[in-house]
Amino acid sequence: MAAIQISNVQKSYQSAGKPLQALGGVSLAIEEGEFFGLLGPNGAGKTTLISIIAGLNRADAGQVLVQGHDVVRDYRAARSKLGVVPQELVFDPFFTVRETLRLQSGYFGIKNNEAWIDEVMENLDLTNKADANMRALSGGMKRRVLVAQALVHKPPVIILDEPTAGVDVELRQTLWKFIARLNREGHTIVLTTHYLEEAQALCNRVAMLKAGKVVALDTMSALIKRISGSQMKVQLAQGSLPSSLHPLIISADTQAEANSFALRITNYAEVEPILATLRTAGCVIEDLHLQQADLEDVFLQIMSGGNPQ
Amino acid sequence: MIGFRTLLYKEVLRFWKVATQTITAPIMTAMMYLLIFGQALEGHVKVHGVTYMAFLIPGLVMMSVLQNAFANASSSLIQSKITGNLVFIMLPPLSHWEMFFAYVLAAVVRGLAVGLGVFVVTAWFAHLSFSAPLWIALFAIMSAFVLGTMGLIVGIWAEKFDQLAGFQNFVIVPATFLSGVFYSINSLPPIWQTISHFNPFFYMIDGFRYGFSGQSDVDPWRSLVIVSIFLIVLTAVAMQMLRSGYKLRH
Repeated sequence: MAAIQISNVQKSYQSAGKPLQALGGVSLAIEEGEFFGLLGPNGAGKTTLISIIAGLNRADAGQVLVQGHDVVRDYRAARSKLGVVPQELVFDPFFTVRETLRLQSGYFGIKNNEAWIDEVMENLDLTNKADANMRALSGGMKRRVLVAQALVHKPPVIILDEPTAGVDVELRQTLWKFIARLNREGHTIVLTTHYLEEAQALCNRVAMLKAGKVVALDTMSALIKRISGSQMKVQLAQGSLPSSLHPLIISADTQAEANSFALRITNYAEVEPILATLRTAGCVIEDLHLQQADLEDVFLQIMSGGNPQ
Repeated sequence: MIGFRTLLYKEVLRFWKVATQTITAPIMTAMMYLLIFGQALEGHVKVHGVTYMAFLIPGLVMMSVLQNAFANASSSLIQSKITGNLVFIMLPPLSHWEMFFAYVLAAVVRGLAVGLGVFVVTAWFAHLSFSAPLWIALFAIMSAFVLGTMGLIVGIWAEKFDQLAGFQNFVIVPATFLSGVFYSINSLPPIWQTISHFNPFFYMIDGFRYGFSGQSDVDPWRSLVIVSIFLIVLTAVAMQMLRSGYKLRH
């Protein structure tokens, strides 16, 4: 049974009197224990999809199951399996951090949750703010409470909607350490983020959304492998790039002193012939390095409409 | 049940933490009405065979119950919607009934707390009788429930503070003021008497007052039936809104 099973989910909004399609038939399955990345540019439909999974929005068509429970018909079971960290930095100004977490436990039907609340606060470096009012916390601290609130009921499936937007390095590291631990202990993690290096470091599988459709769905390594995106960067001390190499140029900087080029290569066997060509043309190389494709290259290529096959 | 109890507790705690605003202020307001109208009219007017003060006090108590029960559910919801923290109520597995009863019962608690406060500070000004205490309790609780439910409905419907304030200023306040808090509708011209009979708040106040003086403009059983119908209809509307996710789960 999948942790989250999404089948042909469609959603439109009314925008200025006209229907605006947010999701155009999204299907995907997130398996138990995965660390899954949901990526895409702003407006791709990531948050809409998460809201539908969480029951905050309702799909026009299609079905979502959380650990086999329909999010509309069997909403209580589905929601009890799910911990969601919303993207917006929201809080209830009437309460302290500890009160907030106790209330949230209660909403999930849990009494006497102190031991786990303490552990979550400890892991998110919130312990010394336990009795501070929510209003008095900095943005980063509020973000930690938001994460803690999503975890009070030890949900088997955890969804984080851009949890590190505008967050300092320290919190990011604290957060990822804790989330990675939960993932090792068997919790399924779904993450949306704009920091692609973060997704690359954490996620084992990724779906990319564009204009409400899944445009890529694969494991991280397969996704990076299938783009011929390695680069060779050369800076020339003398001479100019031979015209036979011009088709390979990804970017060039020929202003002032700089005379450097980024050339596309599909594998490292192509390096030697390029060097030979440069030598023959009388170029003197000042600097050279090779760069592996990363998720950002894949992302840009897919989003620009290129077919990554 | 733990979910319901937690949400009820939170809703009560919410107004209790700002009790100056939510309890003391409305008690002060009712006290002002009593001093102004009571002093001006006491000795000049007798209604239902009792002094004007003895007539006015139950009316003021009930008006405070109604307005504050409405205010509690509606303002809590609109605040949570606008600040976005309603998401913390919408993500957990709370059933529709749990949400409904938690919001409405917290409103009942606030309404009754204010009503009791108004009673305690005003009761000294007149000689009140309690001819049917059960009717007093029954009408107070049922009416607070109706207004709490109405507050829940309007709180879900309203998207801005203006809309809520509009409903409060143009519906709740006039309807409570014109429901016979300050006068017996039998003293009105026939046309206004007829119109008053279409005001549900009239029956709440009239039935409540019956519990004190044993006198009422209409048969208290009739008031009880009408208030019960309102309670059932509004509960059904609120539950349907929660079930369908109207304005909450788009």
